[in-house]
Amino acid sequence: MTTKHQPYYVPSQSAWPIIGAVGLFLIAVGAGQYIQQLKTDGTSGGYILTAGIGVILFMIFGWFRAVIQESMAGLYSSQMDRSFRQGMSWFIFSEVMFFAAFFGALFYARMIAVPWLGGAANNAMTHEVLWPNFVAIWPLETTPSGETTQAMPWSGLPLINTIILLISSVTLHFAHVSLEKSKRTALTIWLGLTILLGLVFLVLQAEEYIYAYQEMGLTLSSGIYGNTFYLLTGFHGMHVTLGTVFLLVLLLRVLKGHFTPDKHFAFQAGSWYWHFVDVVWLCLFAFVYVL
Amino acid sequence: MNTANETTLDGHNQGADNDHEHEPMPTGIKRWLFTTNHKDIGTLYLWFSFIMFLTGGAMAMVIRAELFQPGLQLVEPNFFNQMTTVHGLIMVFGAVMPAFTGLANWLIPMMIGAPDMALPRMNNWSFWILPFAFLILLSSLFMEGGGPNFGWTFYAPLSTTYSPDSTALFVFSVHIMGISSIMGAINVIVTIVNMRAPGMTWMKLPLFVWTWLITAFLLIAVMPVLAGVVTMVLTDKFFGTSFFDAAGGGDPVMFQHIFWFFGHPEVYIMILPSFGIISAIIPAFSRKRLFGYASMVYATASIAILSFLVWAHHMFTTGMPVFAELFFMYCTMLIAVPTGVKIFNWVATMWRGSITFETPMLFAIAFIILFTIGGFSGLMLAITPADFQYHDTYFVVAHFHYVLVTGAIFSIMAAAYYWLPKWTGHMYDERLAQWHFWSSVISVNVLFFPMHFLGLAGMPRRIPDYAIQFADVNQIVSIGGFAFGLAQLIFLAVVIKCIRGGKQAPAKPWEGSEGLEWTIPSPAPYHTFSTPPEIK
Repeated sequence: MTTKHQPYYVPSQSAWPIIGAVGLFLIAVGAGQYIQQLKTDGTSGGYILTAGIGVILFMIFGWFRAVIQESMAGLYSSQMDRSFRQGMSWFIFSEVMFFAAFFGALFYARMIAVPWLGGAANNAMTHEVLWPNFVAIWPLETTPSGETTQAMPWSGLPLINTIILLISSVTLHFAHVSLEKSKRTALTIWLGLTILLGLVFLVLQAEEYIYAYQEMGLTLSSGIYGNTFYLLTGFHGMHVTLGTVFLLVLLLRVLKGHFTPDKHFAFQAGSWYWHFVDVVWLCLFAFVYVL
Repeated sequence: MNTANETTLDGHNQGADNDHEHEPMPTGIKRWLFTTNHKDIGTLYLWFSFIMFLTGGAMAMVIRAELFQPGLQLVEPNFFNQMTTVHGLIMVFGAVMPAFTGLANWLIPMMIGAPDMALPRMNNWSFWILPFAFLILLSSLFMEGGGPNFGWTFYAPLSTTYSPDSTALFVFSVHIMGISSIMGAINVIVTIVNMRAPGMTWMKLPLFVWTWLITAFLLIAVMPVLAGVVTMVLTDKFFGTSFFDAAGGGDPVMFQHIFWFFGHPEVYIMILPSFGIISAIIPAFSRKRLFGYASMVYATASIAILSFLVWAHHMFTTGMPVFAELFFMYCTMLIAVPTGVKIFNWVATMWRGSITFETPMLFAIAFIILFTIGGFSGLMLAITPADFQYHDTYFVVAHFHYVLVTGAIFSIMAAAYYWLPKWTGHMYDERLAQWHFWSSVISVNVLFFPMHFLGLAGMPRRIPDYAIQFADVNQIVSIGGFAFGLAQLIFLAVVIKCIRGGKQAPAKPWEGSEGLEWTIPSPAPYHTFSTPPEIK
């Protein structure tokens, strides 16, 4: 071959994946047992779960450290970089589809299940026979079996949270631009600010949950409205948490002088992830809160 | 189609350019636990898949033994239900899918001239979490209250209100299977998109690579939806939500919608790679190039797109609005068009070819004929009013076993025989292999063909007892089942014999085969294409 080919880096044997497999196994067994033991006084599940989380954290730490060291040692070609980027993009696509399942449940409940229970389409007899007093309105404040709750208003905390997340996307973009222009101080400030906004979002979200549970009677078990509300916002909150940790690691790496203007896949990945989480929130805000 | 650079023919490009290749070849258990090598991981997947195939098969034997006579004789109804459930879960997630992933691992890098999969460590993780997932699933069978007993489709409220306590473990094991599939699929897509050798343009890709690319896309699109729906089952059962409970404003039918939105693409996930395998084997043994390569690619893509629009044909009897029934009926029938294109192309490839009938070809031809039968019964099921009669009968069981056993599994067998010389460096025992083929192909039809009649006569599926008039046919079916199960032990014998020795295989043991994998020696060296070949 005439042009010099930089070989694709195929890592030698690694113990991290099998450690991760054991960790995931412990998490699955532990979580499964923990849930089964909710109604009993067994405790083994909790211990196994904690051990599993510990192993996974150990694995993540070690695996990522190895990858960062390889990256810093210049082992990764531009082709490798493309693999990482494409891999991350497809991972985010899988996350989109995960949320799609819950949005699908929300839309189905709103557009089909609840109206049918109220007698829509050809379901007059369903309504008459099952729950004749049921009124199909959304948000579903009174379930067919009679549980009542209040709907979460979109103004107030949710609106503030929306603005916070939107701003955080902008600050993260500024951080990225600063990185590409080698303005390290600006990069640190913008990135730090983004993390701060993420944390504020999480605190406010927790506050909203507490308010919903204590003041509004909106709980995980208050019918399909509460179900979709908590599973959508809950999984989103978990993603914000993960994203914040991701950004925090990036910040530590920035402070250690990692990343160059043209080589910063990890930063790119973290920022994609953050923007994705932001877009999910916008959909959430529109369909769970406002509409 | 693909002629590789001469330098790859003698394999002399191995080794000189990557530091880690100077490391001694890892040995012992560490080799397999820590491996980042696509061939090792492919081997692990294939063996795991075969072990699961025998495990799920043993459960099928329990089912067929119980159904040998009317009445209850061998097992409790609840245990019978666990057998049908876990048989389905194991065959789908433990046997067929890992087998295809194993083939993808072994073959895709060699077919596109890549040194390995794009993300080798993640590749190891994708595999090693799988045995743990099935360990959890299988151990739940021995727990108090038993294992999953709600059918592999775990319809609510069977899986929520009426399910055993072990359902939490079922949910988490499905989560792990999903994570494994998603990571595996990401690896496949990135490998194909990013690691093709120079000159390996899209329309030069072997069809196995094309079909896997599209399969991987389907996997990434729908496995997360499965994760979502099992999560809803978990919260419905343990945390008081009512996604699938009308009393809280939910709907059990919603479960079916979300499940089948995953489930229908899933069944194409289990057949598209087969199409790729058959498209490699039929031309090789017909000594002709594949007829209609481009149309094969487009047909595969069309099937994948349509697979997202047909999920509710599994639910015709749930009382959907007529418009929905018609929409899903027509979309389903539309799939027959691209599938017909494929069948036509394979037959046209054989037309006037100089065909020889080695075992891979026998399995491939059996695939075409028997998969077509499964396709036709699928068309019958697609007709909404007719489905009201067939729904949940043995007709459905017959249909999906024709497409999955004589479809997917037969293609996997064909692939194993076709590439075994490349993997092991030895030719397999052709006589023994033909014994395997003929005993399989006869017994599988004794097993599944009469099920059509049972279903049309009204025998319901997933019930341990049946009316007396079904007794004779059920006995025939069970005998076919035991014979088919035994026949697979011949396959095990052929594979072990082939690994341990046999006639030395040349680099290209099949006269008519094409592709880069035949340009490297047999057995394939531990590292191949560290420097990419140039495709002209």
